[in-house]
Amino acid sequence: MAAEKMALAKAINESLRRALETDPKVVIMGEDVGKLGGVFRVTDGLQKDFGEERVIDTPLAESGIVGTAIGLALRGYRPVVEIQFDGFVFPAYDQIVTQLAKMHARSLGKVKLPVVVRIPYGGGIGAVEHHSESPESLFAHVAGLKIVTPSNASDAYWMMQQAIQSDDPVIFFEPKRRYWDKGEVNTEAIPGPLHKARVVREGTDLTLAAYGPMVKLCREAADAATEEGKNLEVVDLRSISPLDFDTLQASVEKTRRLVVVHEAPVFFGSGAEIAARITERCFYHLEAPVLRVGGYHAPYPPARLEEEYLPSLDRVLDAVDRALAY
Amino acid sequence: MTVESTAARKPRRSAGTKSTAGKRTAAGKPANSEPELVQLLTPEGKRVKNAAYDSYVDGITPEELRGLYRDMVLTRRFDAEATSLQRQGELGLWASLLGQEAAQIGSGRATREDDYVFPTYREHGVAWCRGVDPTNLLGMFRGVNNGGWDPNSNNFHLYTIVIGSQALHATGYAMGVAKDGADSAVIAYFGDGASSQGDVNEAFNFAAVYNAPVVFFCQNNQWAISESNEKQTRVPLYQRAQGFGFPGVRVDGNDVLASLAVTRWALERARRGEGPALIEAWTYRMGAHTTSDDPSRYRVDEERRAWEAKDPILRLRRYLEAANHADEGFFAELEAESEALGKRVREAVRAMPDPDHFAIFENVYADGHTLVDEERAQFAAYQASFADAEGV
Repeated sequence: MAAEKMALAKAINESLRRALETDPKVVIMGEDVGKLGGVFRVTDGLQKDFGEERVIDTPLAESGIVGTAIGLALRGYRPVVEIQFDGFVFPAYDQIVTQLAKMHARSLGKVKLPVVVRIPYGGGIGAVEHHSESPESLFAHVAGLKIVTPSNASDAYWMMQQAIQSDDPVIFFEPKRRYWDKGEVNTEAIPGPLHKARVVREGTDLTLAAYGPMVKLCREAADAATEEGKNLEVVDLRSISPLDFDTLQASVEKTRRLVVVHEAPVFFGSGAEIAARITERCFYHLEAPVLRVGGYHAPYPPARLEEEYLPSLDRVLDAVDRALAY
Repeated sequence: MTVESTAARKPRRSAGTKSTAGKRTAAGKPANSEPELVQLLTPEGKRVKNAAYDSYVDGITPEELRGLYRDMVLTRRFDAEATSLQRQGELGLWASLLGQEAAQIGSGRATREDDYVFPTYREHGVAWCRGVDPTNLLGMFRGVNNGGWDPNSNNFHLYTIVIGSQALHATGYAMGVAKDGADSAVIAYFGDGASSQGDVNEAFNFAAVYNAPVVFFCQNNQWAISESNEKQTRVPLYQRAQGFGFPGVRVDGNDVLASLAVTRWALERARRGEGPALIEAWTYRMGAHTTSDDPSRYRVDEERRAWEAKDPILRLRRYLEAANHADEGFFAELEAESEALGKRVREAVRAMPDPDHFAIFENVYADGHTLVDEERAQFAAYQASFADAEGV
């Protein structure tokens, strides 16, 4: 098989399978990742084929999962750990921030921790509390971590390959509401760099920058805007840390307007950093301030309210209108 | 004493028991009392029999005993020098191990070369046993780095400052050892304060579930900065092991021979695939938590004096002298070696250069990061602006 259409979750599954096949040091750890295949079935069938020594059902303790993964990495393993949901990562936050992120520097480069922390994130699936959050900024603020998030099946496959090969710890945010979206995956392609953004729709009037689950929304918004005669460019950032400002800068220098869209709360969100840096880089090109569309400074609401909380097509287009009105 | 042999299974006192309840344990004894310890050398330096652990030190030679003594004396001398260097402003901080030499040397000497050690920030004696040059330990306390040695050179991990984190790293490492089919073991150090941390308890559980070859070595030095054992636990710490499904032992941490024997026992069973064990080394932090601490605010001097009578170095010296295992020449030579070590450490610290400014940006990532590159360049330009100004 070279190219095949598959769901994003399946693409990650295939990528993990390939990593397990090609590198005996890769181990998968997490709650329910074994027989069940994970609550989203991302690890489906892997324990059956690779055994309990390589696909490890762990006790229900997130700090323990990441802490022992660090120990395994020190022993030469390449653990890929699953945090079951975004809102459950915080017991592991201490290990991630104080140990995983800093041990390479602490050791003056002697120690490498090639650990991938997979986190299904974001809302839109009608879940209960703690199952719909977007905590990426809380990790992007920490030096020593790399943060990536695919928006489609092909990226999910290849970015996972590259994350596992990375000698740095990678927080791999998976857009859970896109798990079932299908896309073409060419498993023999030569992937581009992991931390490079991609212009997924060319346009001239304004740039929409997004990542993970919001890329699809932005493409839909751009399509809708066409009907109003607006030609929007969409940039899939793909990597949050490092963030490919060069690609974004080139886009904004062309379109002169930028709207950043993410599910995470706007306040101190990644959009704030993007706005600041793009303003610095493109000050004389900008025709409007960089605008942001995202979550509010409120706890993620109950499912019946999430459509009001999350960026929607209308909210994105509203921001586009405001930016174009300058 | 393994947990099986204690009275831990006595019914718990009813919750309604008045005020004393807070200070009592499941066994009805205060958690900070001194129950029977595994002890092979009394404070007076008398060798006492112990059916369970004698076999682990039966063959020990006078030379090895002198070696343990030498390790403890040199570690204490190094520690004293570091404290002085902090007072002189050469170090920003020092965490003294004074009083804990036997627990550290005994356990450290029990490790094999291929074992792996995960220390806190106070395991200077264990570092010594692992062959880490003591001057390397001082970089982080001087502020020139955050850990100045290669962990894999001596299988001695970097000091971990966040309390208890390393217990999980040790457990994960041990899980890897087991996966590799190696017959080495791992030892994780922590203190009585860390026993309250979730990470330590998660480590106990992971180690038990995966039967990982890891030994948890808790130095109960009675004080977590200003908080006594009573603020950390209602059961003797070694008894916690029982709830996780592995043996726990309380050893006299001021007895180097017992610490050696019990740690050998635990490491050997781990290597045999019998899983984790918890050792609680009953000892005392004779000094302050760190040079920034003031113990006079929270503990009485009588307590310290009582522990002085149980000094780990003194008791081995008494034993060596009584058994004619060491003569005046040995002690005199060691005294000279101690002074030489102090001098070497002093000189090394004073000569330790400040790091290059650009070290800020080094080793943040293994594979690089564009933001770090960008900020390094900005920093370089900023630095260069001063050079230009000076040139004018």
